[in-house]
Parts: sequence; C-alpha cells; structure tokens
Amino acid sequence: MKNYITVIGLEVHAELKTKTKAFCSCSTEFGAEPNTHVCPVCLGMPGALPVLNKRVVEFAIRAGLALNCDIQKFNKMDRKNYFYPDLAKNYQISQWDEPICLGGHIDIRVNGEKKRIGITRIHMEEDAGKLVHSGLTISTSDSSAVDYNRAGVPLIEIVSEPDMRSAAEARAYMEQLKAILEYTDVCDCKMQEGSLRCDANISIMPEGATEFGTRAEIKNLNSFRALERAIEYEVERQTELVEDGGHVVQETRTWDDANGVTLSMRSKEEAHDYRYFPEPDLVPINLDQAWIDEIKATLPELPSARKERLLAEEVPEDNADIIVASKKVADYFDAGAKATKNLKALSNWVIGDVAGYLNAEGLEIDSPEFKITPDHLGELVNLIDKGVLSSKLAKQVFAEMLKENEAPQALVKKLGLEQVSDAGELGKLVDEVIAANPQSIADFKAGKKKALGFLVGQIMKATKGKANPGMVNKMLMEKLQ
Amino acid sequence: MKLYESTVHELHEQLQNKQLSSVELTKAVYDRIDEVEEKIDAYVTLDRENALAQAAKVDAMIASGETIKPLAGVPGAIKDNISTKGLRTTCSSHILDNFIPVYDAHVIANLRKDETIFLGKTNMDEFAMGSTTETSYFKNTHNAWNLDCVPGGSSGGSAAAIAAGEAIWSLGSDTGGSIRQPASFNGVVGIKPTYGRVSRYGCVAFASSLDQIGPITRDVTDAAIVLNTICGVDVHDSTSLPVDVPDFTKALRQDVKGLRIGLPKEYYGEGIDAKVKEQIMLAVKKYQELGAEIVDVSLPHTEYAVITYYIIAPAEASANLARYDGVRYGYRNKEAKSAPEMTKLSRTEGFGSEVKRRIMLGTYVLSSGYYDAYYKKAMQVRTLIRKDFDEVFQKVDVLLTPTSPVVAYPLDAKMDPLTIYMLDVTTIPVNMAGLPGISIPCGFADGMPVGVQLIGKALDEETLLRAAYTFEQATEFHKAFAPLGGNK
Repeated sequence: MKNYITVIGLEVHAELKTKTKAFCSCSTEFGAEPNTHVCPVCLGMPGALPVLNKRVVEFAIRAGLALNCDIQKFNKMDRKNYFYPDLAKNYQISQWDEPICLGGHIDIRVNGEKKRIGITRIHMEEDAGKLVHSGLTISTSDSSAVDYNRAGVPLIEIVSEPDMRSAAEARAYMEQLKAILEYTDVCDCKMQEGSLRCDANISIMPEGATEFGTRAEIKNLNSFRALERAIEYEVERQTELVEDGGHVVQETRTWDDANGVTLSMRSKEEAHDYRYFPEPDLVPINLDQAWIDEIKATLPELPSARKERLLAEEVPEDNADIIVASKKVADYFDAGAKATKNLKALSNWVIGDVAGYLNAEGLEIDSPEFKITPDHLGELVNLIDKGVLSSKLAKQVFAEMLKENEAPQALVKKLGLEQVSDAGELGKLVDEVIAANPQSIADFKAGKKKALGFLVGQIMKATKGKANPGMVNKMLMEKLQ
Repeated sequence: MKLYESTVHELHEQLQNKQLSSVELTKAVYDRIDEVEEKIDAYVTLDRENALAQAAKVDAMIASGETIKPLAGVPGAIKDNISTKGLRTTCSSHILDNFIPVYDAHVIANLRKDETIFLGKTNMDEFAMGSTTETSYFKNTHNAWNLDCVPGGSSGGSAAAIAAGEAIWSLGSDTGGSIRQPASFNGVVGIKPTYGRVSRYGCVAFASSLDQIGPITRDVTDAAIVLNTICGVDVHDSTSLPVDVPDFTKALRQDVKGLRIGLPKEYYGEGIDAKVKEQIMLAVKKYQELGAEIVDVSLPHTEYAVITYYIIAPAEASANLARYDGVRYGYRNKEAKSAPEMTKLSRTEGFGSEVKRRIMLGTYVLSSGYYDAYYKKAMQVRTLIRKDFDEVFQKVDVLLTPTSPVVAYPLDAKMDPLTIYMLDVTTIPVNMAGLPGISIPCGFADGMPVGVQLIGKALDEETLLRAAYTFEQATEFHKAFAPLGGNK
C-alpha cells in the first residue's frame, strides 16, 4: 500500500452575536416560540426590502482583524439563488466575489509542533429558517413546519486554505478558531445549538504527488469529536477506494454521527448552480479606514498573546494551550492569578481537578453550580506553598470547597485540618512514640533505616495525618542520634 | 365640469372652502366607476367602505376648521403591486390572488398621513411584465379613447382610470416605461422620478435596480402634488437617496426661455410612426415658440438599451419572484406530495406565460458559464448608456423624445413578444440610467393620444416639471376628455 497524504480545508459558519437580524430589526434570540421573531423582511413578504445591520459589518471586521485578514474597504452583497422551504426569499443574501475579508491565518500546535493554517476569506451572509419534521427524518415525515425565527440571523463564513493534513490538525484549527471568535465576542460558539457549524473538504493524494486528489465535502459536523471522526472515516474510505482501483468522486456527503459513517448527499452533477449576482436592494459597502482602526483598537487580548503571557509566567505550554483555548477558563485563570504567585501550580489545578470536576458534572467554569471562586483556588495554592496543607489534605479541602463557597483557610479551620507544626506539641508526641516502641529504636540503631518510617507513621496516625512530616522527621532524627 | 373629470388642485380648493364634501366627491367617483368600469376594467379590487369612511373623516376635519393637505379627501387609485395593509394586493397574478398584505408600502404610509383616499387597486400586467396590461391574470383593461385598444402597460389600470374618470389621481410603477407609456396611450400625465427619489419599500419588486413608483394624473400640477407626498428618503430602502425633497409645485412656472432641449437622433429613426413623429415635431416647434433652444444630440448606445434591459430586468426578476413558492402566502397547489413538488406545481399553475418567459430568461443569463457573456456584459453596457446621458446633459437641460413610437394599438393584436419589447426603446434607457422622465399629452394620431417624453438630469425633476407645465399651459391637450368610443 502506498502512503497517502490527507488534505483538509474547513468552511466554518459562525452566527454573529448581534441583538438584531442582518437585514431587519427582529431579535436574534435563540429558543423563542416558533415564528415570533419575524417581520415582512425576514419572511420575504412581497415588496419588503433588506437594510444591512451595521453591527454585522462591525463584527465581521472584528473577526477578520483577529484572524489576521485584510479588510476589503470595498465589498458588496450578492444573491445566492436556490429553492428551499426554509429560505424565505428562495435566495440567500451573501457575498460572492468581493467578500469583506481576504487572506488571514491561524497558528496551531499539534504534538508540540507549530503550524500556520491559511484563511482564504470571510464573508457575511444570512442564516435560513429551520424545518421541523413531523417524523424523525425528512424522508419518514408526512409533513414539515417551518420556523423562520432563525431566518436572517447574521453569519460569517470563514473559509480556510487546504492546509491541514490530519484530523488532529483540523481539530486544533477549529479549537483555535472557536477561541478567537469567543475572545472577540462575535459568536457564542455553541456547536450543539448550531451557532458554530463546520463543513470539511477532504481529499487524499499519494505521497510525492503535486496535485490534490478529488475532494468530498462533508457536512453536519456538530462537534470537535464529529469533525475528527468524520475525517478519519473519510480518509479510510477514500484510501480503500483508491487502493481498490477506484476513484473518489466530487460530491457532498453528510456525517451520520450515530453510525460513524459519511453518506452521499449529492454528486457534482446534482450540485446547485447558485446563479450569484449583485444584490440590487443593497448598495455596495465602502468602509472607512478610521472605523476599521477604531474596531482594531477595541480588540481584546487574543489567545496567542495570552498564551505568550502565560509562558512568560512559567505556565507549562501544554497547560497554557488548554487554558487559553477557552476564554472563560482563561479569564478564571487570570482572576486566580491575582491571588497567588505560583501560576504553574494554579494551572495544574485548573486543568486537573477543576476541569475533571466540571467535565464529570457537565458544568461550565462560569456555571453558578461551580462554587470555587478563582481567588479561593489561588489561596488554596498558597496554603500548600506555605506548608499549611499537605497536597493530600489540599484535595480534601478542594472537595469541601466544591460544596460551599468558602475560603480555604476557613475550611481548614472548620475541618480541623491545619497541619501541626508546633515544636512543643510534636516534641511530646516524638517522646511518647520513642518510649512506646523500644524494638524499633533498637532496629534503627542496628542500621535498619526503615524503622524510622514506621515511627513517623505512628506520629501521623496519632495526629490523623496533620503533623508536619518534615518537622517530625527532623525531630526523630535528632532524638535518635 | 363633472367632479370626476376634475383635477386634484381644483377639488382640493373646493373641499377646503367647503363647497364640496369628500363623501360627495368620493361617491361621485364611485358612481362613475359603476357607470363605466364594465367598459374599462381598470380595477382589480375596490375598497368602497373604507374609502367612504376615510372621506367622512376628512369632512369632519374640514368641519372642525383644519387646514387639510392637498391630497386629503381626494380619491386616488393604487397600482396593484403596491402593498396596502389589509387590502388585497395581487400584482394581477393568480399566485397572489388571495394575498392580503400585513404592512403598508412607504408611499402608502405617506399618503395615509396626508389623509388621502384609496378607491381601490388597479389592473396591471402580471408582476408589471408587459406593455399592454394583457398579461394580467384577471382581465384586459380597455383604453378610454377607444375601448378596442390597449391602455398600455404595465400601469394600464392606473392610466385608464384617470382617462375614464374612475379616479382623480393614481400611482403606477415604472421599470422600463410602465408609467410613461400608458400615460401617453391614455392622454394623461405620468412621471417616473429619479431612481431613489421614492422609496421602493412595499412596491412588489420586478427588477429592483430599475423599479420606481410615480404618479399618473390629469395635469402637471397634480403630478407635482402627488410627488410632494411620495418622495423622500426611507430607512427601509437602502437605495432611497438621502436628499432633501423640494416643494415641486414651486417649480411650476411658465418659463422655458433659454432652456436647452436636446433631440437625441436615435429616438427619431426608423420604427417611429410618422403620425406620432409629426405630433412630436409640433411639440418641438411649440417649445421653440416659447423660447427654448433646440439642440440636436446623440446617445450612441441607445440601440443596446432594450436588449441589455431584457437581460438585467429578467435576471433580477428571476430572483425577486423566487419567493412565490406556496410556502408562506399566495397560491399553493394542494395535491403535491413533497415540498419540491409543491413549489414546482404552485409556480407552474400560479404564473402566467409572460412571467415564466422572463423567469426562464433571467435564470438562463445568470447561469454558470453564461453570466459573463450576458449579465456582466449587460451591466457594462448599462454603464455606457449612463455615460451617454452624462455627456449629453453637459450640453442640454432636458431631452425631448416621443414617449412611445406608436399610439395605443388594438387588443389581441397578437404581436410577438420581441416586437412589443422593441416598442419600449424610447422609455427603457431612462430606467437604465436612473433618470427622471415625464410623459405629457401633445396631440392625437388617428384619434388616439400621443405623448411627448421629457427626460431630465438625475434629481432634477423641477426642470422637467417646469418644462412640462409651460407646454401644458400653452396647449389644450390635457383638457381633452376620453370619449369611451369603440365597440365594447
């Protein structure tokens, strides 16, 4: 079998977090009663006209700047024509040959290796409504209803270059893109609710080849996991096909998550001819450089810059990657960093115990059910560093902190977990143990070093683990020599 | 003079002076409709009850001493492609024959603010596609000068209603001549304002980059009055121009001394009826007598205007009419077994043949592989047509041409579509360039009215109105009233 190189490009649709729709003043709120956020414009009533929401342009510029794109001062809207019952006008207002952003990139890191993934373009467009089928699927339904609440909600489509070579790279790109969109606050990036959607163009070519193979476009990738699995499946399918002497055909396929396979939707011959042409109801967009500069000035610190900052503060790179991937987590970390100087330890807690708990409970770091405030976590780190808590006891305090929103110091007291570091008290215990275990003393003096461990253990037992182990060791050694 | 033959400005004075009540006037016009509508067929829908209630409201305002707006209490008719909240708006199409809008077009909202009265909605070519009003799903409208002839189109109902005394003023829409040509065929005044002067919000789109609403009236003064109400920027239409609207009635002065009037030679070539040309040349002579300077000019790309129009307008229409799919409103085929079949059958049964022809044409020219050769090229030619006008307006103030190369022709003339398309050669370039154009009556050929078209610079409706008014005041053509002759 030959070796094949996988070539992947992603098309990502991100719903913009504007309060109102792209071309009318209806609310974009998710989850309202069907057909309550509608008007003549987004219902495509005869005679109604679109008017472009300025915030949509602002958000697209913001995303474009964060993704290192060139903002096109002249750009325009076009009509993309196709018939579908959820598309009120039976054309989508989109951008075709003159989009708002061109030529950006995202830097990713996979297995410690850095790579730059190119972004071809970003364009603005409107979302369609939603079909609600009477049955489980469209083919098994007697009827379908249409909810136009989502019709006209603004989207940006971010098209990457075919620069990714593995499922892991595609996932890393998608994670990084999601982080950037969250940081810039243009999209809430809820893949399950569909506010961030991904299609993947996948092809394979023999190692050493100069031309890409024929690609398949895979739709319905609603999670990072689905993206990875679909790519892995598709690469296997295409490789087998080619190895058996067949060809990959250009087609659109859909990811069936339940069965873990991709299925053919339509071939190239059946592909739509969208008949794009300039939207005559909207005037071309002429952007003012001053406005672009103004938007640029309000961009927050982006994940890459944030990561550099964490690395400078000695947070391990793997930890930093995980923390900056989510703005919420990174914000939590930064707040915790105000309470402690040991950021390495803090980062371990955040990606370890905290993340473990949140995953197990299905919570977000900013969920009210998660009771540990960032400053409390920072204080916990300090208690360990100061020797007040052993790492073992710290876990016990952490478990308590999850139950009630209280400072770790208070919980240490409340639970009586403070380490015993009082020389007088420990001295008394050392004397008692020495008196009670003459055999062990004899063994120790005969050279059996293990006996010391037994004696320390006796003291720890007597203090329920609270004795400062370093001090106990030191005092025993002094008495026995 | 009969009430229904009067002008807006005459009636306004009588209403304000309490010599006449709006209810009396509105009833008189409805009586006239009852008398002649079966001959003319100008209306698709009448709205008697609401019209009379509105008339009573205006009468109460006058009684309480209010000063009313010029259009208040004066009944008008609205082309059936302009959205009227609660009142059926069909575009004379089967696919919308049960459609009741939930909102008012911008122009309708403005007219309501001025307390005017809507008599009903007028017949038109289906979706404004046609030049005879014969493509209407409902019926043919008849020319009041000869009932056997077409009223022109697509605003045939709005123009015939004025000529026949079935309305005092009306609104039409003009994509390639649909206000000016029927105005000319009916011996009345019709103006297509500069593209962007009047909001298109609520005007059911045919070709978005060309459509413009405008008035059809008995004289130039009335046209200025209606323009005053319907013009102005609208936040709901991105293509409406953010410019101040002058008081157009102030432009109505009898003065064309030194006005440079251009005669573009391309509009006087073959294809123009000799008798029509004769009347136009008399109008030219009249302007000369009135002190205007006549200049021969050329618009060299005129010959490409019709063919490029029949690429651009259908292309836009093919997308604009895609929304009529039976899903949300309008006609739906109930037997279909799937959504795609429902859309297909609803459209097949809901649209007439002219509309289908243009959708197919538009779909074709936008298709992959043809876009560059047709649509893109047509847009480039459109720019050249615009430049022709820009250059010629360095030399002249207005252009004078026949509104149509012919007078109204017989119904069921069975002309092939291409021949009919070519007759719009005199009006289409004006839409392609987005300029204002007005048609006013200037004589008769074989007993049928002839209209002269004046074309102005962008946003210079005032010069157009002044030139038109001066001619009108020096002639009697606008005072002639249609005899409702013919065999119907």
